[in-house]
Amino acid sequence: MSNSNSTEIIRAGLKKRYAREKRFRLFGIASLMISFAFLLVLLFTIVSKGWPAFQQTYVKLDIVLDETVLKVNNKSDEDALFSANYQKVVRESLNKMFPGVKGRKQKRDLKNIVSNSAAYTIRDDVLENPDLLGTKQTYWFLAKDDIDVFMKGKIDRDLPEDERRLKDYQFEWIDKLIEEDRLEKRFNTVLFTNGDSREPEQAGMKGAIMGSLFTMLVTLMLSFPIAVAAAAYLEEFAPQNNKWVDIIEININNLAAVPSIVFGLLGLAVYINYFGVPRSTPLIGGLVLTLMTLPTIIIASRAAIKSVPPSIKEAAIGLGASRIQTLFQHTLPLAMPGILTGTIIGMAQALGETAPLLMIGMIAFVAEVPTGVLDPSTVMPVQIYLWSDSPERAFTERTSAAIMVLLGFLVAMNLIAIMLRKKFERRW
Amino acid sequence: MTDVINTMPGMPRAVPLESETPKPAVDAITGEKHRSEFDVEINGTVGKPLVDNAKMSSRNCDVFYGDKQAIFGVDLDIGNNEIIAMIGPSGCGKSTFLRVLNRMNDTISICRVTGEHTLDGEDIYGKKTDPVLLRARVGMVFQKPNPFPKSIYDNVAYGARLHGLASNRSELDDLVEASLIKAGLFKEVKDDLQKPGTGLSGGQQQRLCIARAIAVDPEVILMDEPTSALDPIATATIEELMDELRSNYTIAIVTHSMQQAARVSQRTAYFHMGKLVEVNDTDKVFTNPEHQLTENYITGRFG
Ligand SMILES: Nc1ncnc2c1ncn2[C@@H]1O[C@H](COP(=O)(O)OP(=O)(O)OP(=O)(O)O)[C@@H](O)[C@H]1O
Ligand SMILES: [Mg+2]
Repeated sequence: MSNSNSTEIIRAGLKKRYAREKRFRLFGIASLMISFAFLLVLLFTIVSKGWPAFQQTYVKLDIVLDETVLKVNNKSDEDALFSANYQKVVRESLNKMFPGVKGRKQKRDLKNIVSNSAAYTIRDDVLENPDLLGTKQTYWFLAKDDIDVFMKGKIDRDLPEDERRLKDYQFEWIDKLIEEDRLEKRFNTVLFTNGDSREPEQAGMKGAIMGSLFTMLVTLMLSFPIAVAAAAYLEEFAPQNNKWVDIIEININNLAAVPSIVFGLLGLAVYINYFGVPRSTPLIGGLVLTLMTLPTIIIASRAAIKSVPPSIKEAAIGLGASRIQTLFQHTLPLAMPGILTGTIIGMAQALGETAPLLMIGMIAFVAEVPTGVLDPSTVMPVQIYLWSDSPERAFTERTSAAIMVLLGFLVAMNLIAIMLRKKFERRW
Repeated sequence: MTDVINTMPGMPRAVPLESETPKPAVDAITGEKHRSEFDVEINGTVGKPLVDNAKMSSRNCDVFYGDKQAIFGVDLDIGNNEIIAMIGPSGCGKSTFLRVLNRMNDTISICRVTGEHTLDGEDIYGKKTDPVLLRARVGMVFQKPNPFPKSIYDNVAYGARLHGLASNRSELDDLVEASLIKAGLFKEVKDDLQKPGTGLSGGQQQRLCIARAIAVDPEVILMDEPTSALDPIATATIEELMDELRSNYTIAIVTHSMQQAARVSQRTAYFHMGKLVEVNDTDKVFTNPEHQLTENYITGRFG
């Protein structure tokens, strides 16, 4: 009865097999949980640190736009209006509110309740409407970062005075301002309308966002067509079993594994030093990132083109389509979902890339928001790096906020990838 | 078909089947029968491979895939408005030969074709011949239905648009309708022309591919096992269709079904290991084959 015998053997082994399967499944679930937990912790720390940066404290001040204090005699004299000392009227307003402040340090601290951008706010207002001169206006100014940090509850009053950034007399001022409803937290528009600044409360990431945008634009416009053309050529036109084609293929695959900083060095040596492309600009950034993204997109595009059923191409050729027509009317549209996925993966990599950009001067401090690919600028990840290097609490906050925005962009790009894939996906 | 040539004159390209065990050549003209297929050498083609009203003709056709030769010195005419069936065991080169006729082999980089091939007397591999024009004149239906992932309408209209055959929308509409009617598909899909062609059943897809091929109005249609994936009903539809098409088109069909060859074709060509063994009127091939290999094949002894 060898038959029932083997049945017995199998039955005996079954338990072990199931146990093994169960163990394997448990391992799988455990590793999933661990990676998920890490992700949650990461997101939680970033969001909890960065969340406050989306709010900013404003101070309400009554400003007397006194012509004599401002030393403006003629309302139509634009130069005088432009260069008048608006800082002074702000100071006077504060002095009036808090009379009897003595000593250099205390006076400076008093002035530092509001950001020095207050003067520019007034100036712009007056330049627009000179009739404001001689009147009394109420303004909401940006508060200085220390006040803002306190308002967000990040400064402990109970610490000994010499261990905290705000002294007792400053707390008295703040208490008075709060009592008079002159302090208010609002949505931090500055974060999205300003470029970088040395003053934390004035620092925004519009410069970095625009810089990233322009850099990505250059990268996309260069790498997408070049990569798709290269992939299409290699797949559809290049002679097979050709030594040169093989060498090119191997090199493309190797390029994808080259550390990105090498591309920065290459950009510095070739683009900047040899071709004289201006440094610190989205143009040079885009050129360098193109080098980096090309292999990714080429490899993805080749896989996508290869997966187009040959029968479709044969059908087109058999009806009298030329090779180019077949490529553009059938192969590329059918390969498009894969090509786009590869492109977006490549672009997402490029968006988060810092190292090569450091080599080509995109780490410079740029306060101006760039308006084109030839303006000096920085990009999001470099901005994050720069801010994370600053000691001020407000910059720490902004670092996390910028990371959130960057992550937001990445998620958005992936959503676009999914949408495009859905749109282009056809069954065959 | 009066001027029939029975054997290939001046063509002693006998290639032994089994090169290790060369046997003396057997006179194919006498039609002497042999008991074992391994005894048989193929000494040119028996039957009547040439006709006097040839639409397409091939002489001395050799095809190589890299170093490997797939077709050995085939001479064959395809007569005007006839249906010629090509049969033979798997791997004997039927598809390869069919693809010679519209230069589909050009798309395979390692494939090399030699010999003289003409369409209406013009050299189709000549320098002046445009393969695009050739493929418009010699259409092809593939073994596996391969509609484009587009609407039924766009599938049929594709070739016409490609070659600019219709000057306006209504002409194109008419062309699409006429092609679908000819392919016997119109009734089934007339309300769904904008639905994807890939959503049809296998048999419908194949008829769509035929409609797509005839919409270009080719002179010759090459069909590579067009019904191999279809049920008997769909097969019957396509066979009827071929019979109707014969009055306007010349058709070469590769098939594994000898019944199908017998039903639809006027002439039948039997291929064996890259060589054209026998060509003759279909009745003759199936009732009284001249060559031992042909007989073995049609009686089901191998293949
Ligand atoms: N693309 C190719 N590359 C290399 N060899 C090929 C290629 N296509 C066909 N061959 C070879 O050529 C020979 C003939 O093949 P072909 O496809 O013409 O046979 P067939 O008669 O159509 O067979 P089947 O009935 O199975 O379709 C075979 O030996 C095959 O291996
Ligand atoms: Mg075949």
